[in-house]
Amino acid sequence: MGSFLIRRLLAVLPVLLVVSLLVFFMLRLAPGDPAAVIAGNNATSEDIANIRAHMGLDKPIVAQYVLWLGQVLQGDLGYSYYLSKPVTALVAQRMEPTLALALGTVLMAVCIAVPLGSLAAWRMGGWLDRGLSAFSVAGFSVPVFVIAYLLIYVFAMQLQWLPVQGYKPISGAQSQGTWAWMRQLILPWLTLSTVYVALIARITRASVSEALQEDFIRTARAKGLSELAVLVRHALANAAVPIVTVIGIGVALLIGGVVVTETVYAIPGLGSLTVDAVLNRDFPVIQGLVLLFSLSYVLINLLVDTSYVWLDPRIRH
Amino acid sequence: MSRRLFVQAMTATLMAVGTFVHVQAQNALPANKVLRFVPHANLAVLDPIWTTAYVTRNHGYMIYDTLFSEDAKGKIQPQMVQSYSTSKDGKVWTFKLRSGLAFHDGKPVTSEDVAASLKRWSSRDTMGGVLFAFVDKLETPDANTLRMLMKEPCAIVLEALGKASSNVPFIMPARIAATPGTEQIKEHIGSGPFIFKADEFKPGAVAVYERNTKYVSRTEAPSGLAGGRPVNFDRVEWVIIRDPQTQFNAIVAGEVDIVEQPSFEQYDTLKKTAGVKVEDFAPAGFQYIMRFNHIHPPFNNPKIRQAAMLAVGQQAFINTQVGVPELGRLCRSIYPCSSQFADENTPHFTGVANPAKARELLKEAGYDGTPIVMMRPTDLSAITKLPLVAKQQLEAAGFKVDLQQMDWASLVARRAKKDPPSQGGWNMFFTTWAAGDIDSPLTSAMLNAKGATGWFGWQDEPRIEELKAKFARAHEGSEQKKIASDIQSIVFETASFVPLGEYRNPTVLRNNVSGLLQTPGIPVMWGLAKR
Repeated sequence: MGSFLIRRLLAVLPVLLVVSLLVFFMLRLAPGDPAAVIAGNNATSEDIANIRAHMGLDKPIVAQYVLWLGQVLQGDLGYSYYLSKPVTALVAQRMEPTLALALGTVLMAVCIAVPLGSLAAWRMGGWLDRGLSAFSVAGFSVPVFVIAYLLIYVFAMQLQWLPVQGYKPISGAQSQGTWAWMRQLILPWLTLSTVYVALIARITRASVSEALQEDFIRTARAKGLSELAVLVRHALANAAVPIVTVIGIGVALLIGGVVVTETVYAIPGLGSLTVDAVLNRDFPVIQGLVLLFSLSYVLINLLVDTSYVWLDPRIRH
Repeated sequence: MSRRLFVQAMTATLMAVGTFVHVQAQNALPANKVLRFVPHANLAVLDPIWTTAYVTRNHGYMIYDTLFSEDAKGKIQPQMVQSYSTSKDGKVWTFKLRSGLAFHDGKPVTSEDVAASLKRWSSRDTMGGVLFAFVDKLETPDANTLRMLMKEPCAIVLEALGKASSNVPFIMPARIAATPGTEQIKEHIGSGPFIFKADEFKPGAVAVYERNTKYVSRTEAPSGLAGGRPVNFDRVEWVIIRDPQTQFNAIVAGEVDIVEQPSFEQYDTLKKTAGVKVEDFAPAGFQYIMRFNHIHPPFNNPKIRQAAMLAVGQQAFINTQVGVPELGRLCRSIYPCSSQFADENTPHFTGVANPAKARELLKEAGYDGTPIVMMRPTDLSAITKLPLVAKQQLEAAGFKVDLQQMDWASLVARRAKKDPPSQGGWNMFFTTWAAGDIDSPLTSAMLNAKGATGWFGWQDEPRIEELKAKFARAHEGSEQKKIASDIQSIVFETASFVPLGEYRNPTVLRNNVSGLLQTPGIPVMWGLAKR
């Protein structure tokens, strides 16, 4: 296990190197110029050239890459062209809302989807199963922003139970306490979890129903175990590997891809930082974020792979 | 980890989340002492000299002061200046600062600070550059006096120092103003009515300002940007909400007090919604324009440019892009129709599409059917529909149009390229200007006709440059107006660019907010009050 972990951790380095190369050169080859955005509407071509030179963008691309990579290796992701702040500070500032959104969504989705999917598998073809199928189709099909606006309309505008938008930190000088933090996130969690409930519930249903066909389930029932014990301790436990895999992928996707939800609820997370950086061609920020997202993907996958051993002792790395 | 331990850990976590502990004691201010304002864009850059972004300019008005300001009638009035005089030969200007002016760090505002700020501003701003071409040197005989020694008399000193829109000559401490104009300043200290809370600033989320209790306001009543600046709030929060629907929901739910620029689609609904009202702080509005690339075929041929100018009609642009009849207006002048130099006597340009005449002219000019590379910014909702209308109108007149879609960042990079359109260059793009940016021949970017070193499109028209130089020396208002009209005639004669009509973008406020001042496009937070 130890050597497996070391091997996997070492494998992260070439992955990140390739990602850094790709993102750096693709950004430079894509249309758009941060100097032109900075220069504004009433600049001239000469002004833009001066800004480019000042920012070092007129140097050969390879030289720029080597310089940036050198900084990254020292833990410095560079400075945002626009926000005049270190990329690491910007990421740190935006990390809390995104993590709160992602982890809360996954927690909510798992708490709802796993029992629902298991029950649907247990009573396959019943009303719960059919209802879950219908919900899953809707969850996959209805765009996130539609769900968000509907929830806002009902819970914020009509019932006035929850706020329309915004984010209040859970800790620090600007914190207004846990409830204030949670109130802002309930609707975004509900919005995002819709699709994840649909996804996780479908996978759970399929995996558990497969496990329920196994011989050991018949044995468990023959031993006189209760249906709940059969379902949870035998069927669900043996169906856990694909479910955990989907949850892991979900977390990784949520960290980098909740732009729409962040926009609709005005949550200042990594998604909106990414969009702003792309629209402004803020190269250092885009590069830093892509590296971070890649790293989180790799580490979450590693975590999921490692969890297989705990979930299924037959698996050996 | 054993399963029992796992269950215990999960239970503890849920209990921690479920227990709504420690609602921290807030230094809660009365609701009417806090204003929540949604600006039209994300406040990312805080240096109003480094960027021309309007949202940064507006942030500048929160924390900085200016020597002069424009009043509601467009007249330049002293702001930080107590008195000023000019020598008989017009070559020495003397400005005395008001006493008691102080920066937010407690240090007094001195003439050294003013001189350093003006120098930095002039290194970036077009009009500042024109003014400083006349300036021989700045002298600071004492802490409250600034002397501007001119090489020759200049007629635009007050207009430049009281310039309302980007870049505004804001006054900052000399040590900060010593930063080159090409670099962003790191500290944000002014002497204006609000203090910027750098520790609470979260780009993309919120910018916080506190009342400057030591601000020395003028005694006159507020008028436009001029006069007194009474502040009725202890705290102002600029809340960044990008989604127009969320902006709408937030103001209707009372979570914010003002939305600077609601979308046109919501205008009618907002007017009928209880609890909110629609007001216009910038009646001069904005102007759309269509710009030609003068250095490549087919628009290097003035006749083909004229044909394109004849082919487009303003009404269709207003109808399509704005869509609310009362918010758009036709205006043939290159200066905003409500401004002092507006002149709708435009024999070459009617603003009404005449495809038959355009087709005739196109034939006469020998247009060979080369497609026009027209750039459309798909992510800039304020202008994204303009190219679609232009394409239709130009094709009706016989042009071939190659509409290329891209984001704004790609467009601004591409418009700086002088390559032929077939090799990554362009023929035509569209943009919009706040009235304050184009109400003078010296501030309008389109009138930079210096050829290769001029504005994108690179028109080389020495007559415009000569008239602009004359304008800067013309002391009589009537003479300036005549020159401005002469410039406009050349613009239409040469089809330099085409004005596509004007529009207003009113603001929405909660009903309990009052005192919104009318300004040249800047939403100011002084004068406002909340019940």
